[in-house]
Amino acid sequence: MSRNPFQETPLLRRKRQAEYIARSGFLLMSLLMICPLILIVCYLFYKALPILSLDFLLANPARGMRAGGIWAPFVGTIYLVVISLLVSTPIGVFAAIYLNEYARDNWLTRFINLAVVNLAGVPSIVHALFGLGAFVLFAGMGRSVLAASLTLAIMTLPVIIAATREALGSVPMAFREACWNVGATRWQTIRHIVLPNSISGILTGIILQVSRAAGETAPIMFTGAVFYKAIPEGKIFAYGLFDQCMALSMHLFTIATQVPDVPEALPYGTAVVLLCTVLLVNAASIVIRVVLRSRKKW
Amino acid sequence: MQHDVKRVEISGLRVWYGQNEAIKDISLDVYENEILAVIGPAQSGKTTLLKVINRTIEFIPKTRVEGTVKVDGVDIRAVKNIYQLRRKIGMVFPLPVGLPLSIYDNVAFAPRSAGIRNRSQLDAIVEHCLRQAALWDEVKDRLDSLGTKLSGGQQQRLTIARALSHEPEILCLDEFSIAVDPVTTMRIEDVLKELRSQMTIILVTNLVQQARRLADRTAFLFNGELIEIDANDVIFSSSPASRMTYDYVMGGFG
Repeated sequence: MSRNPFQETPLLRRKRQAEYIARSGFLLMSLLMICPLILIVCYLFYKALPILSLDFLLANPARGMRAGGIWAPFVGTIYLVVISLLVSTPIGVFAAIYLNEYARDNWLTRFINLAVVNLAGVPSIVHALFGLGAFVLFAGMGRSVLAASLTLAIMTLPVIIAATREALGSVPMAFREACWNVGATRWQTIRHIVLPNSISGILTGIILQVSRAAGETAPIMFTGAVFYKAIPEGKIFAYGLFDQCMALSMHLFTIATQVPDVPEALPYGTAVVLLCTVLLVNAASIVIRVVLRSRKKW
Repeated sequence: MQHDVKRVEISGLRVWYGQNEAIKDISLDVYENEILAVIGPAQSGKTTLLKVINRTIEFIPKTRVEGTVKVDGVDIRAVKNIYQLRRKIGMVFPLPVGLPLSIYDNVAFAPRSAGIRNRSQLDAIVEHCLRQAALWDEVKDRLDSLGTKLSGGQQQRLTIARALSHEPEILCLDEFSIAVDPVTTMRIEDVLKELRSQMTIILVTNLVQQARRLADRTAFLFNGELIEIDANDVIFSSSPASRMTYDYVMGGFG
């Protein structure tokens, strides 16, 4: 009888078993990770179910926040997010282009990089105080949509810069060199080669900031968001730049902790709307990513 | 062959990458309508030499350049519009780079950058350059498809077509045949022989035989130093000035 060439030695068997255990362990952790998400979503929907309807979305809070819907905070959140991104996107993207495509490695570049990294690490409550001091008081904007949006913009700025730089950096250096070699300027290279091939990453980075801007409470609490301010129901162009506004995150905080005798479903309904808005936007970013990726050219 | 007009004059050139001296005091001239081959083992400074000439060396951080390089009698450091300088010099680097654009746009990129918008003019340039690079027949029916989807050898010819698209007067090729099959290599070599009448060609190559076949003169670089530059019938004779040259050319180096 010939010897089996694949006879497993004890050592090899132990290695195979270790491989199996490692694989199972990692898989288990990955599955554990999605449990909280599923639990949160299911629990929120279960609790919010009695109140969820189109009327809930389109009506203002009523009877001292104990009834009605969430139209005013919903519109307020949209205002804050859109205006803050309108401010932070151009600044962030242009700064990232400068840092990644133009800047030489000198003290100024290093200083800017340091500032970006540190800005990203500042807690949101500190942003809130800064916004209060700089925009509300010093710039004289008062507590307003504009001041709150600018505060959010400063908070999202470093992440937009980081995401944009990463997207730009994923375009191979060889493409740039090829362009420079035929006498194209840096801007022509960026405009025709670098940006078209990094736009999906840049957009994803920006859109992910929507959820941050929509979810943060602290930065807007001192700078523009208020306890209660009704707007015409169902009307979306309700705020001026210097009006105060309501916001979903702040509203959730208020009705969950500050107002007694709120029906239980109300805060849960608010949370569901906030969560769904954010998830919807994230889903949009995934679609954009897939569409633009499919057009990837190398 | 008549060598009288100097297109590129390099004198006392030194280049440092950080602390590392890549080119150590090189002086040489390149004449109009000649093919100058530059040979030498790895790390001898061949590619650096080309990057100095079109000033793309400036994109590499921590480099220092000393000495003068003149193109058509003008010190290139005094050239205000470096894009003009780079358009005058065609560059082909060893690894083919198809830009993530259509084949047509790949070739039309440089003319467009220079401001040519006229469609029929662009069409003519694209066809002419692709023909010169021996690629036209293979791609003429699919100019809209992506340049990055071509095979390696085709992309290299696309790169050459792009280098010709801005009508350079000096063409620098850095080991263009590394990613190209021998048949295509021969076709491109034929093209280069024809182009010699219209422009000046600097050919960096690892293939000693290619230098022998194509060039009028050959420069031998070793370790950042110019060991010898002379006409081909001297370099490839049994008695070049330097023993090192002889050893390298005969393949008995080291």
